[in-house]
Amino acid sequence: MATATPMPVIPSASRTLGRDFLGLALIALVGLAGYWLFPDNLAFLTRVISVALLVLSLDLIVGYCGIASLGQGALYGAGAYAAGIACVHGITDPGLLILIGAAAGAVMGLLMGAIMLRAHGLPQLVLSIAIVQLLHEAANKASSITGGSDGLSGMSPAPLFGLFEFDLWGRSAYLFGLGLLLIVFAVLRFVTRSPFGMVCRGLKEDPLRISALGIYAFPVLLKMFVISGAVAGMGGALAAIATQVVGLDSVSFEISANALVMLVLGGIGHLYGALIGTVIFMALEHIVAAINPFHWMTLVGAVLIAIVLFAPRGLSGTLDELARLLTRERWRAGR
Amino acid sequence: MSAVFAVSHLSKEFGGLKVSRDISLAMNEGDRLALIGPNGAGKTTFVNLVTGRIPPSAGSVHLAGEDITSLGAVKRVRRGLVRTFQVTRLFPDMTPEEHVVMTILQRLGKATRILARFHGDSAARDEAAEILATLGLTEVAHRKVATIAYGQQRLLEIAIALAQRPKVLLLDEPAAGVPSSDTPRIEEALARLPASLAVLMIEHDMDLVFRFAKRVIVLAAGELIFQGLPAEVARDPKVREAYLGSYAHAGS
Amino acid sequence: MQTALSIAVDALAYGMALFIICIGLSLTMGLMRVVNLAHGAFAMIGGYIASYAARDLGLGYGFGIILAMIGTMIIAVPLERLLYRRIYDRSELSQVLMTIGITFCVIGITNYFFGPTLKTIPLPAELARSVDLGFRSIAGHRLFVIVSGLVVAGGLWFLIERTGFGIHLRAAVENAPMARTLGIRTEIIYAASFALAIGLAAFGGVVGAEFLPIEPYYALRYMVTFLVVVSVGGAGSIPGALAACLLLGAIDVTARYLVPDFGNFFFYLAVILVVCAFPRGLMGRAQ
Repeated sequence: MATATPMPVIPSASRTLGRDFLGLALIALVGLAGYWLFPDNLAFLTRVISVALLVLSLDLIVGYCGIASLGQGALYGAGAYAAGIACVHGITDPGLLILIGAAAGAVMGLLMGAIMLRAHGLPQLVLSIAIVQLLHEAANKASSITGGSDGLSGMSPAPLFGLFEFDLWGRSAYLFGLGLLLIVFAVLRFVTRSPFGMVCRGLKEDPLRISALGIYAFPVLLKMFVISGAVAGMGGALAAIATQVVGLDSVSFEISANALVMLVLGGIGHLYGALIGTVIFMALEHIVAAINPFHWMTLVGAVLIAIVLFAPRGLSGTLDELARLLTRERWRAGR
Repeated sequence: MSAVFAVSHLSKEFGGLKVSRDISLAMNEGDRLALIGPNGAGKTTFVNLVTGRIPPSAGSVHLAGEDITSLGAVKRVRRGLVRTFQVTRLFPDMTPEEHVVMTILQRLGKATRILARFHGDSAARDEAAEILATLGLTEVAHRKVATIAYGQQRLLEIAIALAQRPKVLLLDEPAAGVPSSDTPRIEEALARLPASLAVLMIEHDMDLVFRFAKRVIVLAAGELIFQGLPAEVARDPKVREAYLGSYAHAGS
Repeated sequence: MQTALSIAVDALAYGMALFIICIGLSLTMGLMRVVNLAHGAFAMIGGYIASYAARDLGLGYGFGIILAMIGTMIIAVPLERLLYRRIYDRSELSQVLMTIGITFCVIGITNYFFGPTLKTIPLPAELARSVDLGFRSIAGHRLFVIVSGLVVAGGLWFLIERTGFGIHLRAAVENAPMARTLGIRTEIIYAASFALAIGLAAFGGVVGAEFLPIEPYYALRYMVTFLVVVSVGGAGSIPGALAACLLLGAIDVTARYLVPDFGNFFFYLAVILVVCAFPRGLMGRAQ
């Protein structure tokens, strides 16, 4: 291994801050480029942002805490339905609706965490599935509130800041979503660098070591579930505002499994990985699934197998590795 | 003066099999006690009982006068009963500084704050730098643990334990797996542990035991068969029979 | 009373069909420590083969079952060698991801070849009739499934507890390096158990097709059901799997009869309650 690390890396506040601004600027730039390049696909791009929030929220659980979950749709759906129901009942301010989605997601995260953290390993995974399936059935049954299998419709969110209508072309919705994503991303960068974020990383690696430091795992993990729920809930609320429909698919095993696939594709434990994975997966799905949905399944399946066998750290992890190799080569060549 | 750490009549049965029988010992401030015993003597069980990872079948554990028998592992750590691990348990992607800072933040009740920057607590970083310096880890303080030598990882285990400011420190084979060229650095670190700290060392290496410990206890088949000065261990007939006899044949 | 009895018979038959499919998954998970989410995909392949043989080629139900089991095992063994063997020691997440990947591939490929339609497996006349049990008559197919389930349970128990293969398998599971030093070819044991598990999945897929119809998304639709059942039972335990299948099968069938518009609500509610009460499964082994 690399025993000859060139210099001790001292994390300086200004440098990490600079890098974060660069990252945020890059996301904003890519987002705006999407706005100019694909003006006819803004509804789809808004959905990408909404799902990106879901995948980011899953990364907090899987990537930063090491808890495998196939039920993240429960949190996303909670936010979508809460925002949708609130909107139908006359709360139409988009910002407020996002907050309602976040709150609903956070409460669901608290519940889900409290249940899932009772078990470990496979039973834990099964609990996550059972929870999302249970909510799916509940949402289907409670059709008087949720619209059941027809979906919840009839929302008309108020203009953004009282100025920008959520129009047919979805411009306001997209830019609103992009702004939300940037804010959430910046906050999550901060959270993952907080003492709390470091302890979560430690818990993922070795819970026994953390308990030997005198730290209880349960409240830490539960807190992360709440944060994750808030983020996923905002994603769901964004989808509700943008499409003005909430369907049963927003609280489903399928969306949960897809989110996990996107996360793994991008690379777990990196916030950027979550974004990269979402964009690539959804773009490919958009193109290939339109041609033949079964080809799409075969492709996703093959990609998943390839990732597990050849690139377990996902695209971003593999890129990192590549970048490290390249810079090291250059460093050697420069001597 | 009352004992800072006392174990009385501690026993553990697993389905009728007695793995710890009626173990009692007491330690005062500044004690340097070594626990030795052949493989299968029940040392690991003893550590697990004392640290609260498994509940005892009978007996009690007292720390600084308080009965901690019914407390869980985390609470015991918070009361000042700290351990190191026989096989290092560190986070390969974090730096030694990050390990120690996390430990200090926990001691100060700030380890799980969300609205703070981990690297932004300069007081904690200064203290961490100081601890790492006393153990000679300054050079590697900012390298990922996965890339530093195993001997340095063992020293880091001790650094973490010190950062917890324990009342009682359990060292579980602190030199295990370290190449013999590096053991002097470990011994040096052990010699410089705070004088008032009560240290219980579980160790195989008899040389290390004789140099470090003021008192020795011997565990065999789950039972405490000897308690006394290091110089007396070798002469005790029970110990010779249970342990040193076979050790002498096999080891020296 | 009549309704209660038919619910009971259906519940029992459904539970047994679940058991036949799931027991193989339980064994791969409990003994070989692989979370094989693609297990349902193999049941689906079995169903496709049986449907093709029995309906399109007119070879009959019995032949359909045999071809399904053999064909599926022929597909499974190279997969074990090429893919599964590489994830035996990997994390659960890796296993979950790869086997979801295999599931997706199976769905995509089978539907490319066989078309995205429901595949029926025509029952022979003997099984389509009802059988008079003296006090009551029940559908022959239900009886067949129940008897098959009992035979599978008994046969597996005998195989694992009473035969040389079982001893070798348990040795390989307990301590693979030790088993190898004793001259046990662990790779062959693993491959054989994997093939056996897959063969049972195919068998269960065919005989259970009356309850879980063979359709394009079968592998995905029931992936969760199978995983959940095994986890509730406790991976690796035959009585655990049987208990879980009968319990959850009974809850599912009863709920569908009595409160059909709740769907799977009570099934998953029961799952959450059981997993919370028994985090290692009804009869799971201590870790």
